[in-house]
Amino acid sequence: MKVKLRNPDRVVDVDGPRTVYDMLRTLDIVPEAVLVIRDATLLTRDENLADTDEIEVRPVLSGGAQ
Amino acid sequence: MKCKVCRGHAVIDVRRHNAAFCGDHYVDHVRGQVARSIKEFGMFEPEERLLVAVSGGKDSLALWEILSGLGYDTTGFYLDLGIGGYSARSKEAVTAFAQNIGAPLVVRSLSIEHGYTVPQLARLTGRVPCSGCGLNKRYEFNRAALEGGFNVLVTGHNLDDEVATLFGNVLHWNMDMLARQAPVLEERVLGLGEAADRVLVKKVKPLVRLAERETAAYAVLRGIDYVVEECPMVEGNTQHRLKKAMTMLEEASPGTKQQFLFGFLKSASRRFDEVESGDPLVACAKCGGPTVVWEQGDQPVCSFCKTKSLVAARRMEPPPPRRRAHRRVG
Repeated sequence: MKVKLRNPDRVVDVDGPRTVYDMLRTLDIVPEAVLVIRDATLLTRDENLADTDEIEVRPVLSGGAQ
Repeated sequence: MKCKVCRGHAVIDVRRHNAAFCGDHYVDHVRGQVARSIKEFGMFEPEERLLVAVSGGKDSLALWEILSGLGYDTTGFYLDLGIGGYSARSKEAVTAFAQNIGAPLVVRSLSIEHGYTVPQLARLTGRVPCSGCGLNKRYEFNRAALEGGFNVLVTGHNLDDEVATLFGNVLHWNMDMLARQAPVLEERVLGLGEAADRVLVKKVKPLVRLAERETAAYAVLRGIDYVVEECPMVEGNTQHRLKKAMTMLEEASPGTKQQFLFGFLKSASRRFDEVESGDPLVACAKCGGPTVVWEQGDQPVCSFCKTKSLVAARRMEPPPPRRRAHRRVG
């Protein structure tokens, strides 16, 4: 599957099928720190991803001053 | 996963609540959390005028949409920080969003108001960008709220922001900062009786019960076109590092963030009350804004004016001499 990562924007290949949780752990991403989106729909960590899917992993932790 | 409410297909899990939600019920859940915070902490009443500080990011835009949807009288306030294309895209997102929800928006620019941008501020003062940025935002938000006659300044600080701040303040035992950490900071006045002037507007954080992942999910579900890219100046930011550390703890043990912050607010924050009352507010000799006197006999000047003066002074300094290129002789 194609996985789009942000900051900076880039695309990586991950073998499927596997769950959202497995895909994130493969990429060493903490699930609580991101949203996973397929076709403009949010996915929970137990969802299955196919090898042909295009996925966005969107980080949610912003930095900056208080 | 199934929705906790309707047992339909879930799109988002909130592990600290041991729950998952479908899109519609998640939106209800988020709005309910915001309404609960407003009521529980006495943030504002329906008739009050609210100035909502918006950056173009998920939190502030989601918050503005929720408050507007709940029927509150809201005006957005955007401060252009002059951070190149990032600020340009943020301003565009905020302006488009304001038009979409049909709410008024006030836009100001640091460059026009004070003659510098955040990158220039960082370069001229030698301080980390986030420090100068935060100082200027706090000053300008307060000024805009006072000048516009708003009752309350509303910011999009969420659970992760508050937890990271608390974590940082505990790590360094910043007693005065610990004394001031709360979802509501009441307004402050200078002078007594009828001569009293409001110098600090009441500030509130209605997203305090929602983690960043939760406000981001709300923004996606509501189709809010927020700026996903990170500020280019945030590299190495301490707040960001603390958030990452707390999020790893949260992943291993859901509820950690909530317990840390709300445990502090319930059981520990009042123990810092006497720290807070230590330094009385006085008027800054330059801008009239609030500050504290650190040493007897000093002219009281606020941090914002000190920084602005420093920028002006550094600009007057002659540039460092250029190194001459060696000329070959002969």
